[in-house]
Amino acid sequence: MNRCKTAWVVAVVFFLAASIAAADNLMSIQIKKGQLRTTPSFLGKIVAELSYAERVAVLEQKDSWIKVRASAINAEGWLHASALTSKTIVLKPGAADVAQSAGSDELALAGKGFSKQVEGEFKTRNPQLDYTAINQMEQMVVSQEQIEQFLKDGRLSPKGGIK
Amino acid sequence: MKTVQTPDLLFTGKRIWLVGLIVSFVAAVLLTGCESMDTVAQIGTAVGVATGTIDQSQAESIQKSAKAVSRSFQDFTPEQEYYIGRTVGAIIVNKYKPYQNTAANRYINLLGQALARASDLPETFGGYHFLILDSDEINAFAASGGFIFITRGLLRCCRNEDAAAAVLAHEIGHVQSKHGLQAIKKSRITTALTTLAVEGTKTFSGQELAELVNTFEGSITDITATLINNGYSREFEQQADLAAVTILQRTDYDPNGLVEMLKIMQDRLRPGGLDFARTHPSPVSRMVDIQKLIGPYRTVSKPDTRQQRFSHYLGDI
Repeated sequence: MNRCKTAWVVAVVFFLAASIAAADNLMSIQIKKGQLRTTPSFLGKIVAELSYAERVAVLEQKDSWIKVRASAINAEGWLHASALTSKTIVLKPGAADVAQSAGSDELALAGKGFSKQVEGEFKTRNPQLDYTAINQMEQMVVSQEQIEQFLKDGRLSPKGGIK
Repeated sequence: MKTVQTPDLLFTGKRIWLVGLIVSFVAAVLLTGCESMDTVAQIGTAVGVATGTIDQSQAESIQKSAKAVSRSFQDFTPEQEYYIGRTVGAIIVNKYKPYQNTAANRYINLLGQALARASDLPETFGGYHFLILDSDEINAFAASGGFIFITRGLLRCCRNEDAAAAVLAHEIGHVQSKHGLQAIKKSRITTALTTLAVEGTKTFSGQELAELVNTFEGSITDITATLINNGYSREFEQQADLAAVTILQRTDYDPNGLVEMLKIMQDRLRPGGLDFARTHPSPVSRMVDIQKLIGPYRTVSKPDTRQQRFSHYLGDI
C-alpha cells in the first residue's frame, strides 16, 4: 500500500518537475496583440495574431527575433523578443498566484497594479482630465503595407533591426 | 546603447531530459523502498501550501519578502507602463491641445512607426502612437509605452524628413530606455509593487484601491514634473540622442538631419523659455556629442519624393 502511495506521489513530483523544466521553453505574449511573421523581420508577412498572455513554445532564436509555436491555433512564426516574456502572465490572478509572484520573477499578474481599474478611479477623481485625444491617438493605426510603401516612396532601404 | 535581453533559450531542451533522468532515478529508488517518504511528503506539503489560499498574516509576510527584493522601474509590466503612459499623455494633451490636421498627424505616424520598428523596443503593450501638439513652443514629450508628442514649434525647426525623423527617433529613444518610469521616485515604486503583493490577494476595493490610486497619482506627478518642468538628466538626453542616431541609421535616414534640426533650434530657442531651453542641454553641446558619433557635418541629401511629401504635409506647419 505504502509503495503504491509512494509511486503516486513520485508521479506527481515527476509531473511538476517536468512542467517546471518545460516552462523554461515557454514564453508569454506581453503586449495587447502579438503578430507572428513568416521571417525574423517586421517586413515578414503576418501569419497569425496572438492575444495578451498567450503561451508559446520557443523553437529558435535569431538575434532579437524568436520563432515560436502557438499550439492553440496550430501556427508557427517569428516575434520580436520585446513582444515576449519568460514569465507566465496570469489573466485572472488568484491568491496563490499573488503569493508566488511576490517571491519570484516567474509570474506577472495582468490587470493588477497600475491597471484599467486604477485609471478608472483616477478619472473619477480628476473628471476634468479628458482622455479623448489619447483614445483617438491609439486608433491611428498604420498597416504593414502602408509602412512598406512609405519606405519605398522615400527611397529608404532599412537595415539591421527593422529587417 | 541598451539592447534587448533575451534568455538563452536553446539549451532548455537538454534540461528537460536532465530533469527527466534525475526524477526517473529518484522514482526507481523510492519504488524499492519507502525510506524517503518524509522528503516526498515535505515536497507535497509545499505544493499544497502554494495552491491554497492565504490569509492576511501570510499576506503581510509576502509584503515583507516583496520589500526585501530589490524593486525598480524594471518591475513594471508593459501593461502597467501603458496605463502610466496613457495618463501622462492625457495630461500633456490637455495642457497643449492636439493639432487638428489629420493628414499631418497621419504622416507623423507613418514616419514614427517606421522608425520605432528599428528601435531596440519595437513592441510595446499598446504600440507607438504620435501626435502633433498645437503649440509654438519648441517641445516634445515621450510618455511611457510609446505615446509621443511633438509641437508645431519643434517641427518648424525641421527642413526635411530626415530632421523630423531625428526628432521622433530621439523621443523613441526615451521610450526604449524607459526614462519616464525612471522619473518615478524609488519609494513610490516600492509602495506600488508591494501594495500589489498584498492587494492582489483580493479584489481591489475601498481603502486599498484608494491607496493604489494615490501612488498612481504620485507617479504621474513625478513623470510630468520631469517632462514639463525639470527635464531629464544630461545623461538621459545623451542616451536618447545616441538611440536616435542608431534608429536613423538602421532606417536609412541621415543622422545629420539631427544636426541640421539642432542648428535651427539653436537660433530659435529663447533664454528663459519654458520649453527645450529649460528641459534640454543646449543644442550646441548636443551637436558636439552627436558629431563625435557620426563625424563632421555634411548636408543631408534629399531625394525628391521624400522632400515633396515632407513639404506637402509639414511645409506649412
